[in-house]
Amino acid sequence: MKTILKGFAALGLGMALVTGALGAEEGGHSAAEPTHFPIKKPAYQEWSFAGPFGHYDKAQLQRGLKIYKEVCSACHSMKRVAFRDLEELGYSEDQVKAFAAEYEVEDGPNGDGEMFTRAAKPSDYFPSPFPNVEAAAAANNGAAPPDFSLLAKARAVERGFPNFIFDVFTMYQEQGPDYIHALLTGYNEQPPEGMEIPEGTHYNPYFIAGKSLAMAQPIDDGVVSFDDGSPETLEQYSHDVAAFMMWAAEPKLEDRKKTGFRVMMFMLVFAGLLYLTKRKVWSNVDH
Amino acid sequence: MSANEVSEHNRRDFLYIATGMAGVVGTAAAVWPFIDQMRPDASTLALASIEVDVSSLEPGMSLTAKWRGKPIFIRNRTEKEVEEAKATPLDELKDPIARNANLAGDAEATDVARSAGEGKENWIVMIGSCTHLGCVPLGEQGEYGGWFCPCHGSVYDTAGRIRKGPAPENLHIPQYAFVSDTTIRIG
Amino acid sequence: MSGHSSYTPKTGIEKWIDARMPLPRLAYDSFVAFPVPRNLNYAYTFGGILAIMLVIQILTGVVLAMHYAANTGLAFESVEKIMRDVNSGWLLRYMHANGASFFFVAVYIHIYRGLYYGSYKAPRELLWILGVLIFFLMMATAFMGYVLPWGQMSFWGATVITGFFTAFPVIGESIQQFLLGGFAVDNPTLNRFFSLHYLLPFMLVGVVILHVWALHVTGQTNPTGIEVKHKTDTVAFTPYATIKDAFAMVVFLAVFAYFVFYMPNFLGHPDNYIVADPLKTPAHIVPEWYFLPFYAILRGITFNIGPIDSKLGGVIAMFGSIAVLFVLPWLDTSKVRSAAYRPWYKLFFWLFVIDTIFLGWLGSRPAEGTYVTMAQIATLYYFCFFLIIMPVLGLIETPKRLPNSITEAVLEKNKGGAHAQPAGAAAAPETKG
Repeated sequence: MKTILKGFAALGLGMALVTGALGAEEGGHSAAEPTHFPIKKPAYQEWSFAGPFGHYDKAQLQRGLKIYKEVCSACHSMKRVAFRDLEELGYSEDQVKAFAAEYEVEDGPNGDGEMFTRAAKPSDYFPSPFPNVEAAAAANNGAAPPDFSLLAKARAVERGFPNFIFDVFTMYQEQGPDYIHALLTGYNEQPPEGMEIPEGTHYNPYFIAGKSLAMAQPIDDGVVSFDDGSPETLEQYSHDVAAFMMWAAEPKLEDRKKTGFRVMMFMLVFAGLLYLTKRKVWSNVDH
Repeated sequence: MSANEVSEHNRRDFLYIATGMAGVVGTAAAVWPFIDQMRPDASTLALASIEVDVSSLEPGMSLTAKWRGKPIFIRNRTEKEVEEAKATPLDELKDPIARNANLAGDAEATDVARSAGEGKENWIVMIGSCTHLGCVPLGEQGEYGGWFCPCHGSVYDTAGRIRKGPAPENLHIPQYAFVSDTTIRIG
Repeated sequence: MSGHSSYTPKTGIEKWIDARMPLPRLAYDSFVAFPVPRNLNYAYTFGGILAIMLVIQILTGVVLAMHYAANTGLAFESVEKIMRDVNSGWLLRYMHANGASFFFVAVYIHIYRGLYYGSYKAPRELLWILGVLIFFLMMATAFMGYVLPWGQMSFWGATVITGFFTAFPVIGESIQQFLLGGFAVDNPTLNRFFSLHYLLPFMLVGVVILHVWALHVTGQTNPTGIEVKHKTDTVAFTPYATIKDAFAMVVFLAVFAYFVFYMPNFLGHPDNYIVADPLKTPAHIVPEWYFLPFYAILRGITFNIGPIDSKLGGVIAMFGSIAVLFVLPWLDTSKVRSAAYRPWYKLFFWLFVIDTIFLGWLGSRPAEGTYVTMAQIATLYYFCFFLIIMPVLGLIETPKRLPNSITEAVLEKNKGGAHAQPAGAAAAPETKG
């Protein structure tokens, strides 16, 4: 077993050397014509749901919902989230009912075979701003705004070696919200000299798939009002909506981390007991 | 055997038992999600109550709504139907219990107890699933002018009470309430 | 190896069953009285770990199938419903998805262990070949399972992998259409992949039973590579191996649980949270990590070899990298089994481990520039290890002195240590404790 461990140590060293050499080789791209995106990596943000005891900040999610409703939902659907799910944000059943009733959904066919619209109920899902992807693309310069329900899990800037190994130990799983925050706050930067930005797109060095994207800066200071005294700034909005999107994508996160802690504790105790038992059993045998 | 050996022995037994117990507890806990996933999920439970608009139902008309995957018969009964049902003596009934989830479990199967109650006796709301083996009975048929189940010939009267055939109980009445004059909430 | 049975039915019922269908006898002989070498280290616990992973995958898979819909219009949404609405659904799905990864973690350690200690050598060739067959079935099952959530990586992974077959001249195209049930990955593909993904694990169980059977005929190898010669070389499977396996299993499952509960998407790809779009390819199509070394080999062949073009060459090299494992028992010419007594082989073995991990990393890189060259060098070493180093090294290497028996090796190792015991005390270990 010792030789195996020694081997792994040697192996790790070898890997580090090889990739170190490679890292030196990368870089050296022209600033005007980058080939790898995003141009800038998102900065780490503080999230209440990070780490082993992570939990959602309900006030923050409520603010995020307000931003989604007042700003994002004009173009972005969130079709896998139902109104009933909003109870997890700390709303009562009646509040959810009232919230849902503000939306119209299509139902039917009725007795005459006609589709009709009615006020949404908690069991309904968030209605989409466009009837289908084609309509969404047609209304937005050919780029359909992505659905919000899973976006926080569907966007992750590549971590690269050796970060992805450190991530295992730091439990870093917040690439999605970090990316969303970076993108929303990244519009005010100017493209480097000589870079050509295609018409109808907007430069953002944090965009994951190119130098510019079809979405113009969607939100800025003061656009959404909060009644809990939180600052009405772009910085705050970006955090709140990113947290909200993380909840929309992974609503069971709290449950998962709570269960996880109990399971890990049990596993440690059980493994300890098994180890002691194993030692007892083997105590009379040379091996 | 020295005292030392005895305590050593006890310690070993304790260790073995504790490990075994932990194994049993761990396995039991691991089994739970596999059982838990069989229960109705959140989206199914969210549909456990529905609201039905009955404003279009004139006397003598009925509609069928779907609730929890089963048909719900909602009928605006004619006066004649109500009278017939009221005139039926209780001791002629095969099942003397109302089977109405809104009333006590032993309420008698009078016509009022089967209907939506005083003042709304013309309304009857029932789960359209024969109490014999679960087929859907046909409306306004059979010798009592109520419902008739084509599968095994159960005959229900205009209050949905079993009168003839193999079915053991009256058609069940779900939990429901008029939330307005024209809207019924079921469940 | 196992010799005659030492099972003695005690109660009347046991005797009654034993006379009719001696299943308890089989279980007793295989998992209680079965003698295992006393010097097995923790690298030998991965067989048991693989068994528990297979059970976890089948159990979680069966319950996930209760909620999954194998239809292109519903598959992605049904998986999301499992994640959001089904009770404990998120746990079952994360267990299944990460379980596949940890299944491969365990199988790779198991294979490396076999390579290090020469477990494939006579008389265990069939045992090894059955193992390679299990590995192959695992890969097929994992590949088809990854298609089922119908995300972008599912779709494009399936497109690329079935595209391998178009490399074969003349019949390639027809083979691909036959596999897909159409001209592109679509509903028929998803349907058959689901059916096969459900079937293959049970075939895998069948091969596992044969694998264990073969193991019980020849007995286990051990770190010295010396066959068991005497009763003192072994201990009884229960309690010795069972408790050690159980401990290793729980430690392994603790790491597994860490990923399931704290980093469930670490080993997956974010693009698979985007529903499949046949009109839009993701920027980088990357297979699951456990396929990366093979993917790197596939992409490493960028040149034509005589009449074989680079596309076909890549496919042949990739399949060849697994096929070579089947003939491995006849490629190794060494008389000594364990790397512990083969200093040069040990060196080349560790180079091989580094090489495969390096290939895996290259598989995750875009196929451009220096990455391609490095993949070619690494691929070359991969094949050289099996086809040149193994046959040649066995003939020219001078092994270290082998101990006479397992017992001697154990006592030598522990000499002067706290555990040292007179030989007599260790003579009959299974009668103690």
